[in-house]
Parts: sequence; structure tokens; C-alpha cells
Amino acid sequence: MKATIIITPKKAVLDPQGKTVQNALAHMGYTGVTGVHVGKYLEVDLAPDTDREAARKALDEAAHRFLSNPVIEDYRLEIE
Amino acid sequence: MHFAVLQFPASNCDQDAVHALRALGHGADYVWHKDTSLGAADAVIVPGGFSYGDYLRCGAIARFSPVMQAVRRFADNGGLVLGVCNGFQVLTEAGLLPGALIRNRDLQFHCEHIFLKTANRDTPFTNRIPEGKLLRVPIAHGEGCYFADEETLAKLQANRQILWQYCDAGGGLTDAANPNGAMHNIAGIRSERGNVAGLMPHPERACEPILGSDDGRLVFQSMIAALESRAAQQAA
Repeated sequence: MKATIIITPKKAVLDPQGKTVQNALAHMGYTGVTGVHVGKYLEVDLAPDTDREAARKALDEAAHRFLSNPVIEDYRLEIE
Repeated sequence: MHFAVLQFPASNCDQDAVHALRALGHGADYVWHKDTSLGAADAVIVPGGFSYGDYLRCGAIARFSPVMQAVRRFADNGGLVLGVCNGFQVLTEAGLLPGALIRNRDLQFHCEHIFLKTANRDTPFTNRIPEGKLLRVPIAHGEGCYFADEETLAKLQANRQILWQYCDAGGGLTDAANPNGAMHNIAGIRSERGNVAGLMPHPERACEPILGSDDGRLVFQSMIAALESRAAQQAA
């Protein structure tokens, strides 16, 4: 079983990395890109017999307390 | 007075801090990140560096180290804690200071001397800084852009928690003098209670004239004055 956590900068937070990538895309001729946000992607391997709901609850807590910083980041948790 | 200077794996300003404090005639000892006690320290310095490789986010791992639990207790009891650079990042990650430090707006690592204006001289970290005196101290960071939401910023201003702001040589809080894009040119803040402070610049690297500036001494001398005044009150 695998969980994925996608962490992105909050909209109100300056994201110079995303802006730079967006500008580079424009320079390369990829038009119509109105925004790029660079974040993090975490894959978490879970034991096969893990209880899905318990894992979701635990990882949600971990994502809030540790894996993301709620002051500057949002996250999305998915369990496959 | 006696200072505890924390050491995490990849701290690299710990020796500068110990040297600066000893040069000022005070005691300073290293405290390892796995230690659960700060000993008989009167104050704590969380030094700069790249604790735990800055993995995940700067300061995110250091915050869970055993020594940080001791620092939290020390701060809860009113002890003076100063975080410098990575130490500032550790204190925000630990929730001991509000806001966060994010990537510099130009994505560059900045290593240069800057000027600081002291926004509140009535604190344990700034009381020895003469009125109008600008501090010339170095910065060396890639993620020093201070960010906080509007509500937090309003609170910082209302409680006079902003201690230092980046300025030009004339004291102007200009955008050009802001090396990293920090909101309101914020270089350093303190906690609501006032006993925990953090700043991105390095006062410990500017404590002797041979290093180009000794303005950083004023920060440590302020802490020492505050500790001595507290000790005198307790003795009375």
C-alpha cells in the first residue's frame, strides 16, 4: 500500500521558483501558461495489511504537524 | 552569565557564537542535539547552519530533537532564547516564533554585509543598542524571506515584536535594501511574551573590529544586561 502527499506553496506565499519556471516556459515558446507552483511530492510506503482509514488519519496528522508547514504550504493526501 | 549554544548535525555557526560570547567575557558551552538538558544555562543560542541537512524544510527536523524539547521548557519558563539564521528557522518551525522563512525572492544565496534598523529598543535583545544606531552585520542565507499572514503581521506590529528590519546606510527601509524579499523588511522578531527572538543576520560574526564590524556585540550585550538585571531583581 502506498500513500502520496503533494505539498504546494499557499497562494498568498511568494513562489519565486514557480515564477521562474513559468518565465522559462514562456521563453521556450510554451504559451498560455498562467501560473506554475513548485512543491514537493512524497511517496510513503505502507505495510500491506495497513488499515486504510487509520493510515489516512495518521498521515493527515503527520502532514499537518511535520511534512508540511501550514503557515506557508497546503497539502493533498492520497492513499492508493 | 552562561550561555548554552546548541549543536545539531550541520550547525556551522556554533563555534562563532561560543567564541563571541567568551570574547565578551562570558561562559558558553556546546549542548549536543541529543541532550535532554541545558544544564545551568542562563540563556540559549540556537546557531546558524544547515541542521540535519535542511532536509524537508530548514529547521523542520531539528525541531523534534531532544534538546529542542528542553529549549521549549526553558522558553516556557521565561528563559532567553536567541535563534540566528538557521536557528531562527528552527524556532519558527518549532512554533516558538510566528511566521516562516521561505526562499529568497531572487532564488540566490546572499552572503554580504547589510544594515539593520532596530525597531524596538526596549527588549532583552536590543536594550544596549543606542538610539539611531544602525547595525552593520553579515547575512548568509538562501531561505531568509520572512513570511507571515496578515493577521500575524498586524499582531507583530501591535505588540512591537519586530526587532530588526533591513535598511540602507541612511536607515531607510527601502525595497533595494531588502536582500531577500522579507515582508516589511523584517530581519528579526521576538515572541509575544518577549523572551524568544530570532534573526536571519549573524551578530556573532560581527563581534570584533578585525571582522569588519563589532556591531553584533550590542545584541549579546543586551541579552547579558537583561540577564544581569533579572539576577539583581531576584537577589533583592
